[in-house]
Amino acid sequence: MTKKQTDPLERVAQDMKKCVKCGACRANCPAFSTFQREPATARGKVALAQHLAKGDITLDDGTYAAMSKCLLCGSCVDKCPNQVPTDEIVIAAREALAQRRGLTTFHKAVGQVIRNRKLMNFGALAAAVLGPVFFRKVPSTSGLRLRFPMPFLGGSRHVPQIAKKPFMKRHPEVIKGEPGKPTIVFFVGCMTNFVYTEIGEATLALFRHLGCTVIIPQGQQCCGLPGMSGGDLNTVRELAEQNLAALEKYPADYVMTACATCGGALHKLYPLVIGKRNPELKERLQALADRTVDAAVLLQKLGLHPEETGAAEGMRITYHDPCHHRTAGIAKQPRTLLKETPGLELVEMEGADRCCGLGGTFNVYHYESSLDINAGKSAAIIDTGADAVVTGCPGCIMQLSDGLKQAGDKTRVLHTVELLARKIRS
Amino acid sequence: MLDASVLKQLTDIVGAENIATGTQDLICYGYDATQMEFLPDAVVHPDSAEQVSRVLKLANEVKLPVFPRGAGSGFTGGALPKGGGIVLVTTRMNRILRIDTDNLVAEVEPGVVTETFQMAVEKLGLFYPPDPASLKFSTLGGNVAECAGGPRAVKYGVTKDFVMGLEVVLPTGAIIRTGGETVKGVVGYDLTKLLCGSEGTLGVITKIIFKLLPYPDAKKTMLTVFDSIDGAARAVSTIIKNKIIPTTLEFMDHPTLTCVERRFNLGMPDSARAVLLIEVDGDRDLIEKQAGEIHKLIEPLGLVQFRVAKDAAESEELWKVRRLVSPSLRDVNPDKFNEDIVVPRSKVPDVIRRIEVIQKRYDIPIVNFGHAGDGNIHVNIMIDKSVPGQLEKAHEAIKEVFQAALDLGGTMSGEHGVGLAKQPYIPMELNAEQITAMKAIKSALDPNNILNPGKMLP
Repeated sequence: MTKKQTDPLERVAQDMKKCVKCGACRANCPAFSTFQREPATARGKVALAQHLAKGDITLDDGTYAAMSKCLLCGSCVDKCPNQVPTDEIVIAAREALAQRRGLTTFHKAVGQVIRNRKLMNFGALAAAVLGPVFFRKVPSTSGLRLRFPMPFLGGSRHVPQIAKKPFMKRHPEVIKGEPGKPTIVFFVGCMTNFVYTEIGEATLALFRHLGCTVIIPQGQQCCGLPGMSGGDLNTVRELAEQNLAALEKYPADYVMTACATCGGALHKLYPLVIGKRNPELKERLQALADRTVDAAVLLQKLGLHPEETGAAEGMRITYHDPCHHRTAGIAKQPRTLLKETPGLELVEMEGADRCCGLGGTFNVYHYESSLDINAGKSAAIIDTGADAVVTGCPGCIMQLSDGLKQAGDKTRVLHTVELLARKIRS
Repeated sequence: MLDASVLKQLTDIVGAENIATGTQDLICYGYDATQMEFLPDAVVHPDSAEQVSRVLKLANEVKLPVFPRGAGSGFTGGALPKGGGIVLVTTRMNRILRIDTDNLVAEVEPGVVTETFQMAVEKLGLFYPPDPASLKFSTLGGNVAECAGGPRAVKYGVTKDFVMGLEVVLPTGAIIRTGGETVKGVVGYDLTKLLCGSEGTLGVITKIIFKLLPYPDAKKTMLTVFDSIDGAARAVSTIIKNKIIPTTLEFMDHPTLTCVERRFNLGMPDSARAVLLIEVDGDRDLIEKQAGEIHKLIEPLGLVQFRVAKDAAESEELWKVRRLVSPSLRDVNPDKFNEDIVVPRSKVPDVIRRIEVIQKRYDIPIVNFGHAGDGNIHVNIMIDKSVPGQLEKAHEAIKEVFQAALDLGGTMSGEHGVGLAKQPYIPMELNAEQITAMKAIKSALDPNNILNPGKMLP
């Protein structure tokens, strides 16, 4: 094997050079906003990655701690004058750390769970049965709050109920639509499949309303993002291959997802990170990326009329932009659809596109900081006086719900598709 | 490595969570926007003038250099711990202490981010004009220490024009106040002005009293395109000569436009050789009149396009051209020397011509843009360091650019400062007597040469 294949930092050597350490990332990084120290900034991590590549710092706990302080939200990349892809650099550094130090016990567990749908199905079943016992809400001060057994949800926190029956177990693989209408492969994602099944149901209902044929390939796996965030790129690669096989099986017009995070993985990180790392998959991953589209974007494109499908009964809402939407330039489409929904008033919050603080497994390692980042978000939501905050990512939904509950607020947290499909689902 | 007892004393002063000696922390406080890197021995984050004072007293006792640092966004290495020592970070002191709407003054701590402060005063209908390009992340303490400028300097001046008073910890640890919050005041030497732009060599700023203005009624943005660089340069001096002082008068030359156009495709006319972005602000009727006059004045100078923004969104669109400059330059060459010479405004056409000659002689791309309205041109010498001989060429070219500015009655730096980057060139601008006088001030205030040693003066 050449060095190129073994040293992940080699992959981003040119990217690292682009960083001139100007400090612009200080203005945009959610991790820096809470830690307030340079190693948490994008340029700090780039500097450390450069030293790692040179081999003059060791992969000790200090390096590990610095690299863990990133939510992979891409805010720094958006605002960087030189477009330094710090998210890719951090992923490479984490992979290097994992290679040389081994994965942490936690990330090993993440890998085992996300690689294994059977285990996840079992976990979900166990959680659904035991849920009432384990997941009842206890005060944050009690210290009794139990850790969630599914690491990608992790942390001691207000956890959502696990569905009694996963979304994918409720539906056949192929749901025939009207002839001449588009065929859509639905990439469901773990959160929708196991936790927020209503998002899956609403999405399905909307595309069926449009007459589309919807295919839910049973072979689909976790997108792998929780593994990416821990540097476990072997697992991500494995999952990407399985997903390729599952999603390529049907000649569909689109691969659609209602999860911004899964969309980010399929659309951006698969070709960028895995494609670069495993050139033999590059072409297929790019083809998949090109076909991948967010549910709200596709609904708008296919001409959904929210007045036929949605209802909000005089509801005042505010919209939160998931990071993986922001980096994909998705902001107008969901808002346009929501504004067309009868009985709905949209008020913008301050910093709608600021990260909610979840950041994959960041939330598990830095729960307090994650909540600190979220506190600003909760305040902005509460400030609008909205009845509900609406977004396009189940991960954000979990984090926003947790934050609002911790703030003692009753604002509801909903996915865009839930409002869009309310009339046809009721 | 720090002596264990010194480390313990520092820890006692700032608290264990506010001192760092791990390699990772040292690396992250060893860089700035110059891309130079020097590792300190420790990083401290004090939270008060009293803590800063104790750190400096200890440093004098044990003869350990101290390097004040804000956001670390400087272009000349002012905050870099060359030679090792303690980096003293001011960002925990980030409170806006008061905004006095009766007297139009505000008192802040040095770690407040410039934009945060601007937004706070603007909410009250007030205005803090200095707008360095780094305003979203640079700190006010750093702005004062470097005397930061920005596009609005044409009309409003630079940071020092807004500083009325300071609280400063002197290099020996004494805490003093300079100036005050009265419009007038002549008692004693003007230490406030001395400290503005002193680059952290004479004291650590721990409080700043700023003058504020009423927020202007309205503004008008114009994008003007010329068929020659000379036309644009003459437009600058013509506007000023006719007694119109715009808020900003930003200039971009042809290589700059080519870079921006190549990447962002803004649809500039083919004949475009230079652009001026002009903004006027103030009373609504007055700025209408000024915009009309500006159009009339520059029309005969080879104007090929004149666009006026109708609203804030269009103004933002026009400013986009200017904001895209920096990210586009790297397409020319990977390494950039960003100099910020200033000449008297009437000499802008001359200096541009001189730079064109230098560029031809050295055959390396020089891209010029910047705040032409105040005579401040950002001269970007674009090279590829990995090509043998280019770095040497760049240094020679920089020297000639500085000489051109000096010959025309200007200065080699308008707002970036000297730090380490411009230090070798200082004798071109300051003679031995001037340097001796400055060194006398430095050694009087800092007898042990503790505070930011090795910076600015040769």
